[in-house]
Amino acid sequence: MAKIIYKLEDDISTDIIYPGRYMATVLPTETPQYCFDDMADLNKMLNSKEVPAGSIILAGKNFGCGSSREQAASTLKGHNLIIVAKNFARIFLQNSVNLGLQTVSCPDIEANVGDELEILEGKVINKTSGKSFDTLPLQKAQQEIVDAGGLIAYTRKRLLEKA
Amino acid sequence: MKQTLVQKILARASGKQFVSVGEIIEPKVDLAMSHENGALVMNQFQAIYEGTGLELKVWDPNRIAIIFDHRVPAESKKTATNQKKIRNFVNTQGIKKFHDIRGDEMGICHQILPEYGYVRPGYVVVGTDSHTTSHGALGAFAFGIGATEMAAVWTLGSVLNVPVPPTIKVIAEGKFAPFVQPKDLILYLIGKITAEGANFKVLEFHGSAIKSMDTSGRLTISNMSVEAGATSGIVPPDEETLRYLREVAGVKENIDMLSPDEDAEYDSVVNIDVSSIEPQIACPHTVDNVKPVSAVEGVEIQQIVIGSCTNGRLDDLETAANILKGKKVARNTRMLIFPASTRIYQEAMEKGYLSTLLKAGAVIVNPGCGPCLGIHQGALGDGEVALSTTNRNFKGRMGNPNSEVYLCSPAVAAASAITGKITDPRKGA
Ligand code: SF4
Repeated sequence: MAKIIYKLEDDISTDIIYPGRYMATVLPTETPQYCFDDMADLNKMLNSKEVPAGSIILAGKNFGCGSSREQAASTLKGHNLIIVAKNFARIFLQNSVNLGLQTVSCPDIEANVGDELEILEGKVINKTSGKSFDTLPLQKAQQEIVDAGGLIAYTRKRLLEKA
Repeated sequence: MKQTLVQKILARASGKQFVSVGEIIEPKVDLAMSHENGALVMNQFQAIYEGTGLELKVWDPNRIAIIFDHRVPAESKKTATNQKKIRNFVNTQGIKKFHDIRGDEMGICHQILPEYGYVRPGYVVVGTDSHTTSHGALGAFAFGIGATEMAAVWTLGSVLNVPVPPTIKVIAEGKFAPFVQPKDLILYLIGKITAEGANFKVLEFHGSAIKSMDTSGRLTISNMSVEAGATSGIVPPDEETLRYLREVAGVKENIDMLSPDEDAEYDSVVNIDVSSIEPQIACPHTVDNVKPVSAVEGVEIQQIVIGSCTNGRLDDLETAANILKGKKVARNTRMLIFPASTRIYQEAMEKGYLSTLLKAGAVIVNPGCGPCLGIHQGALGDGEVALSTTNRNFKGRMGNPNSEVYLCSPAVAAASAITGKITDPRKGA
């Protein structure tokens, strides 16, 4: 069970998640401080360390559209967030899979800040409203990367098989 | 079995006769491009090798390109240090397609790759940059990936787990009206199908308007395909592709001309009559918030930008110079021009475009990404409005969330520079 701490609209771009001016900062240990830097309230909340691990940010359609910058996934992962959205932009979704940021595609989700969600296989239950919504699974190949512990571990295994 | 152009490319790249939409494949990569974010790719690449006892070695140094463009010359010590690390890596790994901060070779990655003949029809091109879609203009299947995915490509030479994407066929017929440009077509299309209309799909461009368009215009269209969410935007290679590769890029080798099968299966078809399109403007803060120029005429502009991988080529500078010849940039407006490469810079100088633009009051910035992504060179003040030929107008894109960015063609940008307001170039500013 996890709580929704913030609700965002459609088309949240990687420029909003991780502004271009911090692109020279690449280490996953350093990117979290700039998460949603242009949204002062959200940035402050995340950096306060009072947000429990596994908290949810709820978004609309096309979350993560725009740039391929991987910092957009690592900055969210650094705060141990789960992103539940109606759908995700392609590169962002793949980056999340590769880095192990948990994303949930839930096209019909209805929920608000403060609601508690239970994320199960194939569905999300909004414990606050009692309603249940179907989710779209990751592709099999993406699931394999997640199961291997991310793309680094997955590729290392392939490299050793080849060597 | 009939195949779209991307199916054909992916079949070949995975050693098959046929691939079906949705099938998961592992295509071999012909070209893998990074820019300053190569620093992050290097970190991840080293992480893959950690503990394996193997010598750190990229799969093929001839198929890797690294182009410095996003922050040139470096705006901070952090960037300069990243660039230094990449330089060392490029040297130890023997990567030759490296374009440093030099007046004889620099430019925006999506301009350098076509200009130097690094991209060919039928190639699989990946880049750690979302606008890698640009290279579809030359008949390649080109798409953006993240840094860790690129590290895997540097290691194995293929992209792991690619689902064969469905393709939307876009048929653009007719002739553009005067002062209406390829940028207007792609903005119109994005407005029509929305910012997620082609998510996980490919746009394949057909029709007489594409046939008669030069490679520069096609690059503009493929470039912005990602703004409709497309994995890639591709133009079937033709005479013009050959002309560009031979005459401009100086390619001598055989060029393999792949084309889609006549009755390939498409996800959907979009028809556009370009003769009915007027200049288009993408209004703040999403690229699909597109309106005809007549709906936003008169909006006051503090900064005009002409440049980027979308519209910083020679013909774009020519358009601007023709409109601004003998005119002045409005007093309360700044105009920044950043040519997409030093070659373009040089040619624009020889043809006198730069001098015309300087006399009009424009500032010519060095080739590179410039203000496009809001890191340096041309940030906006609070409450300021920019009109730009770049490709994104997301909140904060030009470095300030309390500013607004409108996107347009070079003709609209130049006409608006004279008045200081969004202006229809057809009205002869
Ligand atoms: S010009 Fe802008 S869109 Fe193009 S590569 Fe540079 S930052 Fe990206």
